[in-house]
Amino acid sequence: MALQLPTPPALRRKRRREAVRTAAFLSPWLIGFGVFFAYPLLSTVYFSFMRYDGFTAPTFAGLKNWDYVFNHYPFFWTGLGNTLWLVAVMVTLRVAFGLGIGLLITKVKTGAGFFRTAFYLPYLAPPVAATMAFAFLLNPGTGPVNHLLGKLGLPQPGWFTDPSWSKPALTLLALWGIGDLMVIFMAALLDVPREQYEAAELDGASPWQRFRYVTLPNISPIVQFAVVTGVIQTMQYYTQAIVAGKVASGVIGGSGQQFEPGYPHGSTWTLPQMVYSLGFQRFDTGSACVVAVILFAISMAFTSVLLRRGAGLVGED
Amino acid sequence: MALASSLPARAAVRPAAARIARRRAALHWLAVHSLAVAAALFFVLPFVFVFLTSVMSDQQALTSELWPHQWRWGNYAKVWHTPGFLTWWRNTLVYAGAGTVLTVVSSLPVAYALAKFRFRGRGLALTAVISMMMLPPQVTVIPMYLFWAKQLHLTGSLWPLVIPMLFGDAFSIFLLRQFLLTVPREYLEAARIDGCGELRTLLRVVLPMARPAIAAVALFQFFYCWNDYFGPQIYASENEGAWTLSYGLESFKGAHHTNWNLTMAATLLVMAPVIVLFFFAQRAFIEGVTLTGVKG
Repeated sequence: MALQLPTPPALRRKRRREAVRTAAFLSPWLIGFGVFFAYPLLSTVYFSFMRYDGFTAPTFAGLKNWDYVFNHYPFFWTGLGNTLWLVAVMVTLRVAFGLGIGLLITKVKTGAGFFRTAFYLPYLAPPVAATMAFAFLLNPGTGPVNHLLGKLGLPQPGWFTDPSWSKPALTLLALWGIGDLMVIFMAALLDVPREQYEAAELDGASPWQRFRYVTLPNISPIVQFAVVTGVIQTMQYYTQAIVAGKVASGVIGGSGQQFEPGYPHGSTWTLPQMVYSLGFQRFDTGSACVVAVILFAISMAFTSVLLRRGAGLVGED
Repeated sequence: MALASSLPARAAVRPAAARIARRRAALHWLAVHSLAVAAALFFVLPFVFVFLTSVMSDQQALTSELWPHQWRWGNYAKVWHTPGFLTWWRNTLVYAGAGTVLTVVSSLPVAYALAKFRFRGRGLALTAVISMMMLPPQVTVIPMYLFWAKQLHLTGSLWPLVIPMLFGDAFSIFLLRQFLLTVPREYLEAARIDGCGELRTLLRVVLPMARPAIAAVALFQFFYCWNDYFGPQIYASENEGAWTLSYGLESFKGAHHTNWNLTMAATLLVMAPVIVLFFFAQRAFIEGVTLTGVKG
């Protein structure tokens, strides 16, 4: 055997060096993954089966917390219903509106830079500030929106103070901050090959047909991406709902006053608020963790859709 | 006009058709731009109304009038000198500044390894990063709070929000990785042949090329910290000295009851830095948003 293969020990040493190098580069995240993801996740599941008030030692509770949340906690189904309402209506309207604004901005010839900035800016407004602004704009007493509606002889809804208008008001706020979707759709629309439009035009396709048979198939991966990430974001919908409720109910901040959950009439009450309320206001760690596990399960279900559909999201090298 | 001069023969034969086409184009322009103006009103008017109210007198702010009788610029000074407001500013700047720097430093090597190293479990690691990115913060908040409160006694401060940023942020890792995928392998190999170790390659070759992506990640992280309400509510609410603007703003309305003018002035003061920052870094920002889309 004259033929000499690369010496195995040297190869093994090289492999080991590469493994150490990879681990070194990944190490910040590996620690983060363990301490801030895996550990608290397991711990949440664990606490959902325990009775724990944060002070005395936890005791095993079996399924009692689960039974409490599903069958006795008065606000669970309201919160789940509101969250699903927001997922259905807010996400749908945001995607449709974002696509519309994206289309509009690609058609604008004069002042395109101005319009793009104007459409984008509200997305940057910090959520608390944006919600405060809308609480003022939409307040039924002196708010400019109802003032103008009144001048036009239109009905003046109670917005954040009326249980049947509070979620539409939050939806309006979400549509105001459409900038992220606008930019994503704009980029996707500009990527649609021009020749396809020209070919469709030669075939005598109407504008609607061009949109339906050229634009939509080309951008459908982006639409799916927007829907799935929209659902995941809306499952976490928290800040705007809680701030709107607090401001509209007139009970605000700092003093430790409890405001009516999901004011008005529980109409802005969402799943994430439940975790906060049960865990940090009622010290019912077990039940809070039950809600957290439910929130986790729904979010992960949608994330797995994203991972499976969005092969492009993962990309390859 | 361009059409007519480039196709003189046809235009001469069918002047009516050309006129119709031109009129159609004009109508289309008008329709598109009217729609754009209407949309711009929807996006801009809220800022205008908030601003107009912020400079009204206390009495006028109680009415539904839209235009201020007297311009009370002093409202901004009043807000600025509200007890606590400056502290919230400082805390927010520290949180957002430290958070941004730490996140970029800790996320870049991870993103580089995920984009350019070949190792077993790479796909799994990427799936884990995306799962972390999509996880609602409320899912893990209870054990995390117990950890920071009972083990480390650090609640009532912003440490529980800043320290985790030493360990990489899933969204930043993901975004940087998406960008690093586009860096051609040849550059890295050339550096290696020149005898650069991986760390040197990262700092000397990749870092300069990745500047736009790093700028985008830094901006996103700065905005995330600036806007964060849930984090400060959980960890800092018990100590007013550790509040941030987003958390403090809400209590501002409580302290000033129905004084919408001062509340709106405070609201604009919280929005202003983000918007100013955006104007300075518009391009990096928009590139970053596009990068988050599906473009593998």
